[in-house]
Amino acid sequence: MLALLKRDLALATRAGGGFGLGVAFFLILCALVPFGVGPETSALRPIASGILWVGALLACLLSLDRIFALDHEDGSLDLLATAPLPLEGTVAIKALAHWITTGLPLIAAAPVFGLLLHLPAGAMPWLLASLLIGTPALSMLGAFGAAITVGLRRGGLLLSLLVLPLYIPTLIFGAEIVRRGAEGGSTATPMLFLAGITAGVLALVPFAAAAALRVNLR
Amino acid sequence: MSLLAVHDLAVARGGLRAVEGVSFSLAPGQALILRGPNGIGKTTLLRTVAGLQPPVAGRIELAEDAVAYAAHADGLKGALSVTENLRFWAAVFGGGDIGPALAAMDLTHLADRPAAALSAGQKRRLGLARLLVTRRPLWVLDEPTVSLDAESVARFGTAIRAHLGQGGAALMATHIDLGLAEARVLDLAGYRAKAGQQVRPAGFNEAFA
Amino acid sequence: MSIWEYANPVKFMRLSGAVLPYAVAGAAICTIGGLVWGFLTPQDYKQGATVKIVFLHVPAAMMAINIWVMMLAASLIWLIRRHHVSALAARAAAPIGAVMTLIALATGAIWGQPMWGTWWEWDPRLTSFLILLLFYIGYMALWAAVEDPDSAADLTGVLCLVGSVFALLSRYAVLFWNQGLHQGASLSVAPGERMSAVYRYPLYLSMLGFFLLFLALLLIRTRTEVRRRRLAALQARETRA
Repeated sequence: MLALLKRDLALATRAGGGFGLGVAFFLILCALVPFGVGPETSALRPIASGILWVGALLACLLSLDRIFALDHEDGSLDLLATAPLPLEGTVAIKALAHWITTGLPLIAAAPVFGLLLHLPAGAMPWLLASLLIGTPALSMLGAFGAAITVGLRRGGLLLSLLVLPLYIPTLIFGAEIVRRGAEGGSTATPMLFLAGITAGVLALVPFAAAAALRVNLR
Repeated sequence: MSLLAVHDLAVARGGLRAVEGVSFSLAPGQALILRGPNGIGKTTLLRTVAGLQPPVAGRIELAEDAVAYAAHADGLKGALSVTENLRFWAAVFGGGDIGPALAAMDLTHLADRPAAALSAGQKRRLGLARLLVTRRPLWVLDEPTVSLDAESVARFGTAIRAHLGQGGAALMATHIDLGLAEARVLDLAGYRAKAGQQVRPAGFNEAFA
Repeated sequence: MSIWEYANPVKFMRLSGAVLPYAVAGAAICTIGGLVWGFLTPQDYKQGATVKIVFLHVPAAMMAINIWVMMLAASLIWLIRRHHVSALAARAAAPIGAVMTLIALATGAIWGQPMWGTWWEWDPRLTSFLILLLFYIGYMALWAAVEDPDSAADLTGVLCLVGSVFALLSRYAVLFWNQGLHQGASLSVAPGERMSAVYRYPLYLSMLGFFLLFLALLLIRTRTEVRRRRLAALQARETRA
């Protein structure tokens, strides 16, 4: 299992692996918003938490189709399916690799982009905490979408269509934490819901994703 | 004691039964070559034995984690070196030293090259070296000699014979003579599935025909 | 004979062919009857004539949810019992459900404009229906994208399962996110909140009509799907032979 994680991380960080594209996309998105809504702090501050969450979500979406598509093309997926590692484990490891190469950089970059959007300083810790808890669910749900669309020729667009509605609960609670944190309110309830969703997704979705992969390998 | 026993197997491709009533067994040290016209279902049968798709009917008796499968795609990553590729598969399959496998496929001098820089034949050899590091007794091979030159084919034949000598077995689909005189041949042409009312349809195309 | 026997395509075609005329006739009578009766009801003292849209809005909203539940049941039957007609019925139901969701959203917007003074409000109920529409669209897009019918049936079945969980989760998340303007349930068992009988009976008739309309459309669409599969199967067999 460790070998698979190491390989996926090596592949993502080497030339052509697309590492850092997500953060660059996130940056562009956050830079475009003020052009759309105006540069005033009063315009940016109320929407900063929402923009940061939606931006992180879209940036995460960008690299989802790489989770399985490349391994499917070169036959690695067939070989992994015959390996002693259960397919559910393979899915979980690949989602973890996606989170480390996409989710973690986004979390690291988010406070900087928060400054660009005038996010109140008091909300920063909540932004970090909510992303840290929420993004693993995004990667795992993305792996499910990638598993469903792995054999399709025009899978990329369909993948977004299937995965984005699944992101709604995570987005609602994640952004709510930051909003309440910015206002100094209690964040315990949305935090618990967000953690519950992530825990449930991490526990159950690998099975659905592995089932979809098995269908696509037939 | 056989490594693999197949009883009355039927496999489906595209929702239709391809071949049916196939039975054979492989004991340690034996090799079986599948023959038959294009589209008869050799690949489907091999994938079914490898566990990548469920059989429509019949039984496959096989120890768990016994199969090493190799098909047209070698599962290589161009960004990784030959050693890294092989070491990865060795780790996944719980194998050990990759040195002998590199030597057997004459890849030792290429060990540090990125896989992307290899020729088609060299990639194929690396893909077959993967079989050696899996340490699995039953090799299931789908056209293993594609893009290999005569010398490499002979080298691969030797590798298979060595594998059989160590108590392994091989099930393969190939049109090329690997120089394995002891291998049995099974022609699938006689097992082509017949249309007709089936007890359990293999897929939509049978359920609605 | 068990109910599972009807999942056999031949039996399904025979039975559905016999039921279809009655379903179509019943749907026509009840839907038209319910809507006309509803249109002739007196005006509400608060909402005026706009209340009459309820006879379109509520049945459509009810069917939008029920059709998804039916698709979930059909997907489960396919995944567990491998009855092919069941998978096709789920596929056939999806566009009907999507249109019902659209009707509910559109009539809700038309109703909301005079009542709330806005075409669209991010109210939990409206938002939930918008999310439901997204799930319908994704489901239909996946059916259309996968060529192999067996893979398509399996993948959409898994998607329907996971989607159902998330649709429900979104429903409660949305409730948490915004409390909303929407009135409570139109038909409630609690006394005092009930609609007047003048409106209630035409609404019941209209709901029955929409259910029969769904049944008729479902049968027609499933029969089309069965015939299309049969055509594809015969072609596949001929190419193979």
